[in-house]
Amino acid sequence: MASTAILGDRAPPRIKPLVGGEDRFAQVLFVAACATLALFLLAPLAMILVKSVQDKDGGFVGLALFSSYLATPALQQSIWNTLWVASAVTALTVPLAFIFAYALTRSRMPGKAFFRVIALTPLLAPSLLAAISFIQWFGNQGLLKGLLGAVSIYGPLGIVLSSMYATFPHALMIVLTALLLADGRLYEAAESLRTPTWRKFATITFPGAKYGIVSAAMVVFSYTVSDFGIPKVIGGNFNMLAVDIFKEVIGQQNFNRGAVVSLVLLFPVLLAFGVDWLMQGRQSAQFSARAVAYVPKRQPWFDAGMFAYCAGIAILLLAVLGMAVYTSFIKLWPYDKSFSLRHYTFGLIDGGVISSYFNSVHMALATAFFGTLFIFGSAYLLEKTRGLPGTRAVMRLLTAIPMAVPGMVLGLGYILFFNAPANPLNGLYHTMTILVLATIVHYYTSSHLTAVTALKALDDEFEAVSASLKVPFYKTFFRVTVPVCLPAVLDIGRYLFVNAMVTISAVVFLYSPATQLASVAVLNLDEAGEIGPAAAMATLIVATSSAVCIVYAIVTRILLTRTQAWRVAAPDK
Amino acid sequence: MTDTDAPYLTLAGVRKSFGAFTALDNVSLAVERGEMMLFLGPSGCGKTTLLRIIAGLETQDAGTIVQSGRDVSRLPAAKRDYGIVFQSYALFPNLTIFANVAYGLVNRRGEHAAIVARVRELLSLVGLADAGAKYPGQLSGGQQQRVALARALAPAPGLLLLDEPLSALDALERLRLRGEIRALQQRLGVTTIMVTHDQEEALSMADRIVVMNQGRIEQVGAPRVVYETPATPFTADFVGKVNVLPAVCEGGGRFKVGALSLVVAGSMQTQGTAVRLYLRPEDIALQANGAHVPNEVGATVLKVEFLGAFCLVGVTLTDAGTGPLVLNVPRHTADAAGLVRGAAVNLCLPPDAMRVLN
Repeated sequence: MASTAILGDRAPPRIKPLVGGEDRFAQVLFVAACATLALFLLAPLAMILVKSVQDKDGGFVGLALFSSYLATPALQQSIWNTLWVASAVTALTVPLAFIFAYALTRSRMPGKAFFRVIALTPLLAPSLLAAISFIQWFGNQGLLKGLLGAVSIYGPLGIVLSSMYATFPHALMIVLTALLLADGRLYEAAESLRTPTWRKFATITFPGAKYGIVSAAMVVFSYTVSDFGIPKVIGGNFNMLAVDIFKEVIGQQNFNRGAVVSLVLLFPVLLAFGVDWLMQGRQSAQFSARAVAYVPKRQPWFDAGMFAYCAGIAILLLAVLGMAVYTSFIKLWPYDKSFSLRHYTFGLIDGGVISSYFNSVHMALATAFFGTLFIFGSAYLLEKTRGLPGTRAVMRLLTAIPMAVPGMVLGLGYILFFNAPANPLNGLYHTMTILVLATIVHYYTSSHLTAVTALKALDDEFEAVSASLKVPFYKTFFRVTVPVCLPAVLDIGRYLFVNAMVTISAVVFLYSPATQLASVAVLNLDEAGEIGPAAAMATLIVATSSAVCIVYAIVTRILLTRTQAWRVAAPDK
Repeated sequence: MTDTDAPYLTLAGVRKSFGAFTALDNVSLAVERGEMMLFLGPSGCGKTTLLRIIAGLETQDAGTIVQSGRDVSRLPAAKRDYGIVFQSYALFPNLTIFANVAYGLVNRRGEHAAIVARVRELLSLVGLADAGAKYPGQLSGGQQQRVALARALAPAPGLLLLDEPLSALDALERLRLRGEIRALQQRLGVTTIMVTHDQEEALSMADRIVVMNQGRIEQVGAPRVVYETPATPFTADFVGKVNVLPAVCEGGGRFKVGALSLVVAGSMQTQGTAVRLYLRPEDIALQANGAHVPNEVGATVLKVEFLGAFCLVGVTLTDAGTGPLVLNVPRHTADAAGLVRGAAVNLCLPPDAMRVLN
């Protein structure tokens, strides 16, 4: 029997592995992806930093712009307005969303699927739609103006209400996920110990959902701080930071001042993002993989109460959406309420504004296609190929940043960077391409997380097995990874499409007359007092987004049926 | 260097650390052609890291790996010659069993008919001739692992690597597949390295076992050798159950344990050395009164644990001043000797069954 061959104890120099051709290819692709994201994310942001310490002629002025800005009383007022409005929206929306999510997960009320769909409809519309709708309900000629007494809807009240509408589904989705993760066994254990209901809530439900609540609060806060469409339309003379940037840049063409304001805007959003990130880090160890899903018991009174609550919220949400749609189909609010398509035919088509709708569809399709390709491909290279640990860490950071950058800030960075005469990419300015790029980057983080979650569900060893079988990685990518992850890939495409249809803050600085988008058209029509055509355009956006979501649902269902032979558990959709 | 006498795979001075943690500390090893070698050790001992280094899935910090006369130390995984099976099966869920097994064949541009024949051959070899059209999700864990084995063997690799292939299976399936893998390996004569933390698996399947602990090799040897003559206290303790008696060498093959003086065959310690005596539970014999044998000691029964065919009997040795000893006694023998709690018994600690380790 041969024994161990001990071949000396000396330490030879550190081994450097040879990199095979395919691995090299993967690394080149990965570095290229990382460089591309850095170019279209970091470079524009860096330009904002540079411009904020320069005067109009490019001379270095240090922090002079910041100090003069912060000394202006009107602008101090904007900061204060922005913060308290965002705090109010957060304080109101998150509890409302929590109770709604609680009803969906902890009661046996009927119509859960219906309520869930209704609650998510605000995602299909540009945020402006809510503002337009509230003006129709409570504005100067509003149906329910009398309810408000002397208070005007134009101002903080309108901004808060519209923002609550727009942020409700965002908060709901996060809290819902947190509540769905509950471990049913904990409730059974509490039951066996005769724990009263309030104590179960305080000791099991709330601690389990706590991080979700914080996360939802941070998302709502950031959204309200960053959103520009709502205060622009319904804000009246009430100043908010996002509108200030718009005024500085578009109104006064003062890019340096715009850069300063956008950095001030970035600060609270970064703070919220940082808080959320810290909290998520603590949460990780909380759930065991063996958790058993909680199944609520029938409690007639509780279920009835929850049903009434959800029905109330659903009616309010539909009233907002419905008013905008209704406005688009009547002759002239409030004088002639007869049915008419004139806002569509005369207002949009004859006015030539309809081209911006097609621009939007074109832009959304391109964003969905190229965005999904780039984001999923990069996530694959990041998670499943080997080597280059430093670049990988950079890429992980890059993918997280877009979430923390308000669309206005990104958009301003794009002007500053791509409009610079010295930039060889200067030709992109005012093209459809730059709108697509800005939108992909703006919505990068969520899409990336969807891709990573799907990729992490795959066996870690697929790539190792392929290598041992001498099958190149790209072949396994196309034969196995993409087919298995197809539901997630479609989900990313749908998410990018819908957001490209509704976004305004990322693109408001970047469009040209030839590439005006539908959401921007809503803004401009509203500004011109053409509220009927504005509502019609908003309705077209909602209809298109809904159609894409329905197509997505059908395709996904067909796909899952066709592949159920090998898909053990269909993903929860 | 490809003559058949040279080892098929030689590892020399392999080191690997992850940050401050040393996963492998100067590991050297030779694996013979056609041999089935088992890496055995507790979790974190470095056995899986070593397997992954052999596969090129991790890179060693130092050391060389020569496979079949070729230095593969720096080669990427795809340039090496092996098939691998993981604990998680890692079957492609969207491909049929047939396509999974053919996965490494199609790419080599074999002729279609030859591929079909090869896949059929392998599927019948692992007893799944009719499963080709199914998907992995439709098979049991044991069947999936058989498919993974067929897929790894399909391109006829020179080396088969098995990374805890049985750990995810239930007990019955594990026993069955254990025998099947060993039989298949012997039939094909493929050099195989398997990682396990299960000593029974290692003892039953291996030609040789490599016992590993904290990144080092403790012992390499045939299962019987490792079990009967453990080279280190770790091996004695990790492979099988063992009783430990602290002792001092008295010279002349005698050792003092408390007030007892025991004889150990073939020991060469110098007088006064503090040592430990290792003795397997099944090697301790019950002794009828009156018969004279070496190392006869008196003991009191502490407890009897019934395990079916055998009983584990805990005893304290009279005059030894040590902790309790455990005996493994067949059920009928235990009954005949009247082993109950508190009973006094005479035991023989056979001189040739005891191992002396420092």
